[in-house]
Amino acid sequence: MRLRRFWDRYWYAWAMVAPVVAVLAVLIFYPLGRGIWLSFTNLTEANQLEEICTRSITGEEDCQPNPNAYEFVGVDNYIHVLRGDVGEFWQWFGVTLIWTFACVVCHYLIGLGLATMLNRRLRGRGLYRVLLILPWAVPAFVSAFAWRFMFNERFGLFNVVLSGIGLDPVAWFADWRTSLLTAILTNVWLGVPFMMVALLGGMQTIPAELYEAAEIDGATPWQRFVNVTLPGLRSVSTTVILLGTIWTFNLFSVIYLVNAGAPAGQSEILVTGAFRAAFQGIRNYSLASTYGVLILSILLVYSVFYRRALRKHGEVW
Amino acid sequence: MRIRTAGVVATLALALAATACGNDKAGDSTTTDPRSLTADLTWWDTSDPKNEGPAFQELVAKFNQTYPNVHIKYESVPFGEAQNKFKTAAAAKSGAPDILRAEVAWVPEFASLGYLYALDGSELLADESDFFATPMSSNKFNGKTYGVPQVTDSLALLYNKKIFSDAGITAAPKTWAEVKTAAATIKGKTGKDGLFINAGGYFLLPFIYGEGGDLVDASAKKIVVNSSQNVAGVTIAQDLVRSGAAVKPPANDSYGTMMTLFKEQKVAMIINGPWEVNNVKGAPSFGGLDNLGIAAVPSGSAKAGSPVGGHNYVIWSQMPQAKAAAAIAFIKFMSSAESQAFLAEKLGLLPTRKSAYDLPAVKNSAIISAFKPVIDAAVARPWIPEGGQFFGPLDQMATEVLVQNKDPKASLDTVAGKYKAEVVPSYAS
Repeated sequence: MRLRRFWDRYWYAWAMVAPVVAVLAVLIFYPLGRGIWLSFTNLTEANQLEEICTRSITGEEDCQPNPNAYEFVGVDNYIHVLRGDVGEFWQWFGVTLIWTFACVVCHYLIGLGLATMLNRRLRGRGLYRVLLILPWAVPAFVSAFAWRFMFNERFGLFNVVLSGIGLDPVAWFADWRTSLLTAILTNVWLGVPFMMVALLGGMQTIPAELYEAAEIDGATPWQRFVNVTLPGLRSVSTTVILLGTIWTFNLFSVIYLVNAGAPAGQSEILVTGAFRAAFQGIRNYSLASTYGVLILSILLVYSVFYRRALRKHGEVW
Repeated sequence: MRIRTAGVVATLALALAATACGNDKAGDSTTTDPRSLTADLTWWDTSDPKNEGPAFQELVAKFNQTYPNVHIKYESVPFGEAQNKFKTAAAAKSGAPDILRAEVAWVPEFASLGYLYALDGSELLADESDFFATPMSSNKFNGKTYGVPQVTDSLALLYNKKIFSDAGITAAPKTWAEVKTAAATIKGKTGKDGLFINAGGYFLLPFIYGEGGDLVDASAKKIVVNSSQNVAGVTIAQDLVRSGAAVKPPANDSYGTMMTLFKEQKVAMIINGPWEVNNVKGAPSFGGLDNLGIAAVPSGSAKAGSPVGGHNYVIWSQMPQAKAAAAIAFIKFMSSAESQAFLAEKLGLLPTRKSAYDLPAVKNSAIISAFKPVIDAAVARPWIPEGGQFFGPLDQMATEVLVQNKDPKASLDTVAGKYKAEVVPSYAS
């Protein structure tokens, strides 16, 4: 009876959300569920078929049951990955943390600096804004290749300049630290425009009265920046830092194209390492799903802690 | 084993009979009028679109002079992408080409997945004995044949004749020790670098084969990549870099650096294959073919051995059987001795047919005659579906040993561990 009344009263609401639920189910929940399921099997390209058919050009078709069709293997994949039997999970994870932290910190600080500079009246402000957006407008792979070439050990710009001023050229890709540095520099160049635009937008929503009041109270420019601008940017900052972290953590193209994990895969991050492990040669779908689930879990845990930390500071988000 | 002879096949057989390429009378189609063959075929060519593609397109045009109604849709697919692209399309059962130029190591892998037509019993294999055995062997999987060799190749020692004469070296070095001495002489007399070894697994195989080693023993199902022979071979390569005889390769884009340095005449010797001959020939700074010396790969303590490479023509298993006759005619034309001679003359690619070497165009080619002994000594790689996966760990090993100067034994042990864990778990290590 109560259920009936509930339905009578709210049916239209359910009818309204039904399309959204259906779309989410098809686009998000089904693939996600299937990915998680695959990580508990040993599915690869070679064992996905129940029978392998060999067609002969003369017309026959010979089908045999696949001798090792895929099966449920429980948490074997996770054990293999986490114990380091397959791939270098912990090494990649460590590099990913360095990479993410370095990139996001540089993005944020440089973006904030540029946004502050552009948030005042100066000649040619429009031109500067356009120029600073430019790295964002160039397709990422184009700039990645350009940077890779600039770091080329024999013919690249940096080493030519270094030898030109009498220094030894650097073998950028021969050590994982300098190799990672090349990727971080590229990504900083690529990622600063987004931070700058987002923070500039945030700065323009801060009421000018606050600055006037601070000025009347005798606040120095630095005090105005710390006590008015930064608190005013807080909601924007928390969001772009969370987004930036997740994007950088999962940023495949820069590592893959700029340093290619050089040397010998030592500067690989989780996503590129997982790609090489799972998609070179006969593709390993179950292993790829395992890495996918692990990366998702890491980012979920991070987001939960991040939100909690923010809530403690009284931020409603 | 179950043979599926459904009604479909019966109708197909009818269709085949109509195009006169019946099951067992393969020879008949030569007598039919080529004009009666009508089909649209897609061909993925993975050759270099700038250096090699135009010659292949010329061949297609020649084919159409005889078979005007077989339309070949020529698509140039970058070599680096073709393997994954083909597998994705073949697994989805749509969008894969009817005919593919497949690298030798891909064929067993595709065949094991059921992506290729077995060609046994067709006209294509009627004169199988005319093909060299080593390139042909890459098409065999589980007793069936899945492709026809297009070109074969192998690594050789390419050298700059001018730098050699400037340094007073008259003959190409025959052993790695002689290479080392020659490099020192070149460095001393001309100031140029002697040798560049690309930091890639494939390019270390001559060192490994030279000591009598191999990656795996496919017949005994054993991983032998960390054998003492291999350690000795890789140590020779490392010593060449360490002693300064060879340039220290960069860890990223080693291959491109090698080619640029060689074309700009900054390094005298490289280990590379015939596929770069056209590239070197066209480089304005190099001085043309007259300046290019080709010699067999130097030998180690056991022998001189270099890995066989090359490409095969294969047919996608989902191509409608009605197009089989046209596809066979096309591949037959493309892999004929005359077509191979045409490619040899134009591009310096090595024919896979013995009879092609008797044709004047091939006989008179300096490049081919230089590479011929290299091909005769080429070593077959283990043709197993996992063959393509051997090179990921091996490339890492090459970088560790040549660039980072790590201990060859330790690096090869790591490779063996990866083969066991990720590539061939059923093999003994």
